[in-house]
Amino acid sequence: MIKIDIHKSLYGSNGNMELDVNLDIKKGEFVALMGQSGSGKTTLLRILAGLEKAEGSIVANGISWQGMPPQLRGIGFVFQDYALFEHMTVEQNLLFVNKDKELASQLLEMTALKGLAKRNVQTLSGGQKQRVSLCRAMMKKPTLLLMDEPLSALDPTMRSKLQREIKQLHLAFGTTTIMVSHDPSEVYALADRVLVLKEGKIIEDGASDKIMVNKNGSIKVKVLNLSLITNRTVATILLAGELVQVEVDNSVKIGDTIVITLNSQTLGL
Amino acid sequence: MIETLDFAPFLLSFKLAGVTTLILFIVSLPLAWYLSQTNSKSKPFLEAVTALPLVLPPSVLGFYILVVLSPNSSVGSFLENIFGIKLVFSFAGLVVASCFYSLPFMVQPLQSGFESLNKHMLEASYLAGKNKFQTILRVALPNIKPSLITALIITFAHTVGEFGVVLMVGGSIPNETKVASVAIYEMVEVMEYGKAHIYSAIMVGISFMVLLSVYLFNHKQKTKIGLA
Repeated sequence: MIKIDIHKSLYGSNGNMELDVNLDIKKGEFVALMGQSGSGKTTLLRILAGLEKAEGSIVANGISWQGMPPQLRGIGFVFQDYALFEHMTVEQNLLFVNKDKELASQLLEMTALKGLAKRNVQTLSGGQKQRVSLCRAMMKKPTLLLMDEPLSALDPTMRSKLQREIKQLHLAFGTTTIMVSHDPSEVYALADRVLVLKEGKIIEDGASDKIMVNKNGSIKVKVLNLSLITNRTVATILLAGELVQVEVDNSVKIGDTIVITLNSQTLGL
Repeated sequence: MIETLDFAPFLLSFKLAGVTTLILFIVSLPLAWYLSQTNSKSKPFLEAVTALPLVLPPSVLGFYILVVLSPNSSVGSFLENIFGIKLVFSFAGLVVASCFYSLPFMVQPLQSGFESLNKHMLEASYLAGKNKFQTILRVALPNIKPSLITALIITFAHTVGEFGVVLMVGGSIPNETKVASVAIYEMVEVMEYGKAHIYSAIMVGISFMVLLSVYLFNHKQKTKIGLA
């Protein structure tokens, strides 16, 4: 559906870097883009959207996008900071993209925003704003939906709620989606395919359960604190979002990375 | 005394300010937008030229405008011979001079308003299929209302209060170039202090009301956010 072969020299906070991406994305795929800050994820999305220039070629459905302005690409883009039109109501934000009132109403229904249609977007909560942003991006029925860390500013409950809505919209509209994310659980829940970007190059590319799931039961964690309990050294670590205490060797220091092995009992197998 | 006062200079001042504000808004919009979006090397040069009327003595500005627009210059003679427009000592000439003189008062608030906008919001408009012109009109301007109102009102008020440039380029022809500030100057010259007092008091009152309306509007806009 979309063939990407681009090159761009970046001068960022991490020094100079060459962004080199060669990629084929199939129609209807949900691709997650992972990697450390400054690895070029957002730049890649912006190049695809036509908001930044790059050398090389982008061909979507047989049409070259090189030199094509963002207005003509028919892309949906969800920004991390929502980027809503602040002087408009929820409904006006959607109709600004496309006058199709029926589609707007359908999208607002799907994302439980119907009751807020006439509200000014400045009065909404973060989760509601991001839903409006998502609906606005879908108003073009885009062939390609790009999302730049769409859920990073939201609390965990709102995240899982919106994850379901994103998946629902992706399937309902048969959209091809590329999402930048730092959250492994989010990527695992949403994406079919995961790309890991490092210093401008794709270093891993595969199905999400192949790339994301650690099958050997060992996890590297950082020691947050140490205490002595009846002559035994106990380390406090963060595991699956919870603070856990485990017994460790007395040579371990605070800040060290240790390997925790989960046995079958712990895994519940 | 009030019956004998001639209010034509005030009407002329407001007419001049209205026309100047309208022309400057149209001219400054693309200039302020360009300055707010560009990183080009020419930006500081353009900004300096735009801000020049803030620091130049009005007599310097008036002198050069007079030199360029006079029928003896190539520009002046071209305009007079081809279009029959005489720009020195005429209302049209005053408008041209005022546009130069008040340019920074329109450009700078608009530029800083555009610069304060979330860039992603403008990009969202482009991605929605809108071109730059539609984005400026439908997204950028409605989101910089306080800057827009400041630019329009301060330009208007500044043009009403203009004196040096107007006197040099327009002189003092009743109903043509004799604006309120020039009229006050002439009253003081012939020692008609009573009339000068009334004219000056009116100017102070109007100027204060104009500024008060700007600050009230901007205050209202700030408190309105979140309650729309």
